[in-house]
Amino acid sequence: MSVTNPHLKFASQAVAKPYFVFALMLFVGQILFGLIMGLQYVVGDFLFPLIPFNVARMVHTNLLIVWILFGFMGAAYYLIPEEADRELHSPKLAMILFWVFAAAGVLTILGYLFVPYAGLAKMTGNELLPTMGREFLEQPTITKMGIVVVALGFLYNIGMTMLKGRKTTISLVMMTGLIGLAVMFLFSFVNPANLARDKFYWWWVVHLWVEGVWELIMGSMLAFVLIKITGVDREVIEKWLYVIIAMALITGILGTGHHYFWIGAPGVWLWLGSVFSAMEPLPFFAMVLFAFNMVNRRRRQHPNRAAATWALGTTVTAFLGAGVWGFLHTLAPVNYYTHGTQLTAAHGHLAFYGAYAMIVMTLISYAMPRLRGIGEAADERAQTVEIWGFWLMTISMLLITLLLTAAGVVQVWLQRLPADGAAMSFMNTMNQLAVFFWLRLVAGVFFAIGLCCYLSSFRQRGRVAVSEAATA
Amino acid sequence: MSETFTKGMARNIYFGGSVFFILIFLALAYHTEQTLPKRTNEAAMSESVVRGKLVWEQNNCIGCHTLLGEGAYFAPELGNVYERRGGEQSFKPFLHAWMKAQPTGAAGRRQMPQFNLTEQEVDDMAEFLKWTSKIDNFNWPPNKEG
Repeated sequence: MSVTNPHLKFASQAVAKPYFVFALMLFVGQILFGLIMGLQYVVGDFLFPLIPFNVARMVHTNLLIVWILFGFMGAAYYLIPEEADRELHSPKLAMILFWVFAAAGVLTILGYLFVPYAGLAKMTGNELLPTMGREFLEQPTITKMGIVVVALGFLYNIGMTMLKGRKTTISLVMMTGLIGLAVMFLFSFVNPANLARDKFYWWWVVHLWVEGVWELIMGSMLAFVLIKITGVDREVIEKWLYVIIAMALITGILGTGHHYFWIGAPGVWLWLGSVFSAMEPLPFFAMVLFAFNMVNRRRRQHPNRAAATWALGTTVTAFLGAGVWGFLHTLAPVNYYTHGTQLTAAHGHLAFYGAYAMIVMTLISYAMPRLRGIGEAADERAQTVEIWGFWLMTISMLLITLLLTAAGVVQVWLQRLPADGAAMSFMNTMNQLAVFFWLRLVAGVFFAIGLCCYLSSFRQRGRVAVSEAATA
Repeated sequence: MSETFTKGMARNIYFGGSVFFILIFLALAYHTEQTLPKRTNEAAMSESVVRGKLVWEQNNCIGCHTLLGEGAYFAPELGNVYERRGGEQSFKPFLHAWMKAQPTGAAGRRQMPQFNLTEQEVDDMAEFLKWTSKIDNFNWPPNKEG
């Protein structure tokens, strides 16, 4: 970083690059373990006992969470200086935290893979403060503490940058989202002995992240990219952003109730959770209107077509995955039959991909050409390859979702709707669903091909950069 | 959006709406806390149940199974396994036999690892699953297959 990069407004924005690169490396790992699990769904003993399903799943979901977090952090390091109109408070701290977080992440994943989980719990002293063994929060307590330290350092760094600089709506919203993310994570240390109470607070991390504060982060990232690629007036964009996040929190906070139907919580949640979560598609629908409106009203033709494709694509896919597929099974009388079936998995896949994987790739698509010193956009051919990756991954994920939905409907039909005695057992139902799982695996392979395509677009950009450097 | 609806108005809806619903949410959380002891029969939550929950967590059971519908969808729901597998008369011996028999090694079938639990740990797990099955959760799941 000794040579100044003319395509960055502030040199310290460059710290975003390793965050993005590492995020994409973890993404590759996530898909690899997704494929392993996809095969284990139909060939039950595949890789057993080397990588049992529970280990593969833990790696798959934890890699997802961590790469999205790396993506959010990279995004903040890129956009906060630009919004604040000054250099990042401490690029050095950002790099130290990068290595701390990366090392902690890699060690934790290696721990999952090479140490039996009970052994890992013992090694890390879980009994002193038991937090492990709960879905998505499987990390050893010490890793969770490390995450808190990294989050504090990170918030300090971008907070100071903001305080000393210009305060825009976009940076305020992003900061609010990131503080919310860190605060809600503290509930991962709350693990009451009563299972119902444990589940009640577990959702304060999981739901209030993905259906709460993460939407603020997503909204601000989207608004930032839309300002850059459309040139539409900031006042207009920021008004939309407030409307979107208002809808997100007004529906999403009480919408938490849709997770409280069947865990022992009182009946008030049945109707409150149903009513408010039924409105949770609204902020996502507003994002679709927002993105398409802004792109239609654009004042300039930005050369980065790929970034525009991602920006529009993330809103539509998030609306489908989080909005439509969420609504499908969110009303209590429906959820009574669908809760914890393959329908839940269908919704989870499209929602996470559409909202959070794609918003991170939107920002990467916009920022990476600049971070790499190429310019506003990669060359036409690289963008075409990137857009191929976009379509392959997105269509494959839609297929995965449709196939899991079909599996879920049949599962409900066979296993949930009939009365005792007539209902099919879980394992027999799974056998009946094999054809859907095989096809899902095929769609997963296409997703992986799409990912390779996407990654190879970076290789071509690199070649362009070299030739430009040579002529310079 | 017309110009009569300003950014300031949008911001006020965001702040006002968020604070309002956060307060309602906290009030509902308080209400939930008050009702949980009775709904979950906390009086019956013995030390064995609490130890059983830790065994459940430290072996990552949630990585394959669901419990009250939450978890992975690879293996059966266990919130009602107590009722499905014998109840008062035979659940405990069933669980001991089951845990010893894993993995089955049947070719191509999903395999449950051997966790090498002690007799005590299996007893605790049985107590935990029994207690869980009695949580008042509006009769979910719909039938005993889970």
